[in-house]
Amino acid sequence: RKQKAKTRRSKRFLQSREPKLTEGQKSSMIIRGGNSSETVSQALKDVYALKKPNAVLYKRKNMVRPFDDSTALEFFSKKSDCSLFLFGSHNKKRPNNLIFGRMFDFHVLDMFELGIERFVSLRDVKTDTCPEGTKPLLVFAGELFETDREHQRLRNLLTDFFCGPRVSAVRLAGLEHVLHFTALEGKIYMRSYKVLLKKSGCRTPRIQLQDMGPSFDFVMRRNHMASDDLYKTAHRQPRGVKPKKKKNISHDAFGTRLGRLHMQKQDLDKLQTRKMKGLRKRRGEQTAETAAAAAKAPRTDE
Amino acid sequence: MASCSIEDVLAKAERDEAEKLKGITVNKELDLEFDPGNLLAFDKNRIDTREFKDNKREDFIRSLARDNTQLLINEMWKLPTERVEEIIVAKLPDPSTPLPREKPAPKPKPPTKWEQFAKLKGIQKKKKTNLVWDEVHKEWRRRWGYKRAKDDTKEWLIEVPENADPSEHQFAKRNKAKKERVAKNEYNRLKNIARAQKIKVPGMGLAPTPRQPKAELAQAVNVAKISTASVGKFQDNLPKEKTPKNTGKKRKFQPLIGDFSSEKQKQLDLLKVMDSKKPRLDITKAVNKQMREEDRESAQKSKKGFGKKGRRGNMSGKGKGKAGGKGKAPKGKGRKPHMKQGKR
Repeated sequence: RKQKAKTRRSKRFLQSREPKLTEGQKSSMIIRGGNSSETVSQALKDVYALKKPNAVLYKRKNMVRPFDDSTALEFFSKKSDCSLFLFGSHNKKRPNNLIFGRMFDFHVLDMFELGIERFVSLRDVKTDTCPEGTKPLLVFAGELFETDREHQRLRNLLTDFFCGPRVSAVRLAGLEHVLHFTALEGKIYMRSYKVLLKKSGCRTPRIQLQDMGPSFDFVMRRNHMASDDLYKTAHRQPRGVKPKKKKNISHDAFGTRLGRLHMQKQDLDKLQTRKMKGLRKRRGEQTAETAAAAAKAPRTDE
Repeated sequence: MASCSIEDVLAKAERDEAEKLKGITVNKELDLEFDPGNLLAFDKNRIDTREFKDNKREDFIRSLARDNTQLLINEMWKLPTERVEEIIVAKLPDPSTPLPREKPAPKPKPPTKWEQFAKLKGIQKKKKTNLVWDEVHKEWRRRWGYKRAKDDTKEWLIEVPENADPSEHQFAKRNKAKKERVAKNEYNRLKNIARAQKIKVPGMGLAPTPRQPKAELAQAVNVAKISTASVGKFQDNLPKEKTPKNTGKKRKFQPLIGDFSSEKQKQLDLLKVMDSKKPRLDITKAVNKQMREEDRESAQKSKKGFGKKGRRGNMSGKGKGKAGGKGKAPKGKGRKPHMKQGKR
């Protein structure tokens, strides 16, 4: 059922939820599952702190099993207009479970279940943190991220999750936060550091890192990856986004801009050049010329 | 000798440069892949598992992170910068990692009727100011609406044009013209709604409905009967049909000055009625009539609540159409036996 807007405010609200040509930042919902341990709750709160203000935290217990039945998650996503989700739960079979996932058109696209082996919370690390909403630098290390298909998709998902809003320019001094992911033997180590820019001899500063923020040791458990065609559909960009190429314009080595004109074939006989009235042949002169030419001709004969 | 010193100078310069860059150079086997648009770096190098032991793990990760971040920062510093309000800002290129969209791409909406028309006629959208200067009142007034700038119905002086009838009321003429415009607009609006919702509206008469109630059918029959050239005068009745008596003028007025005796008689009758003790108004009759009206209205509402959701405005030609529910069983005191549909 399509909702009709009765006030201008509600109309603006509905318009903000409509699909757009270029999309803004994705919001994420952080959901607590049926049973969750202290670790999981703290982990969820930390990720929420990282992802503020584009995140909603559902603190109450939700008896949802994402891998069996994703309709509840889809309902939440539709209600809160969030396309990324993080679901935390804890049971005997899967202790300290976190499921990172994303949606396309309010249906689950990818889901990765990661178990927390070791977790250091924000509270335990007593250093000053960077302001909320800074776009973090993301670093992925490990050849598994390149070779293994699941790791590749996980890398894409983590990029999507943690990259901030899409900006056209960034303040160089404001690159304070870095998230570092290392993949080794089926485990992912996530660390978060504060970047200190120190003076070096030249323009580019020397980096020193300071421990900050949550650090996780994940172990890969189940996953649900989208089928290839669904993945392709999700990437399809609308036609208005790509800039139109201007044809027949080129730049030469000196940087001058050259254009190309395409003309029709011209009949050079009927070309209209400039008329010079003085050079026009008059009738009297013409007969004199022919007479002179005729007179000349027999003379040479003789 | 000279050449030696030149070489020395160059070598020294190189060493100096290297010294400078020592702080920020990082040696890696494979170069990292960068995506400055997303502030992303990807290190494909193999990680030595030996160094990844328990006690040294954090330090190893930290140093690895430091190296990678240094390379990423180097890359960021290579981007073109500009100064925005005294802050040095680097312009980011477009992100190169393809990330899936949140929602599918929006479909281009088909142009509306107005947009098609405007395109056809070549009409451009002109930006209009909110307020217009009113010369008469010497102030800024809105372009349309309450207390607008040029309101010709509110003028206090109208010049009678040369070719106009002198006894014509110019102010009334303007008011009437305005009323006609309003009515025309309203009519067009309702027609648009009917067209949009695909409801058939008759030009004149009754709208076709799937289930027609008794009253509407009777009305339709009557309308059909008088739709002849001689307004139904020579139409024969059906076997059990009765000619309706309510044709013609509803009220007849006596001329002002006419029959004096009849007027005198009328006045005396009126005084007699006023003197008499019996009330003119039969209360029971009136109450019954009122109750019946109310019952009929509620029956119509409950019946038509489901059917007539889409209808808005006056759709029927005459506003009489009421559900022909049969009179309910008598309830309450003072109800006399049913009365048929009397004069309205």
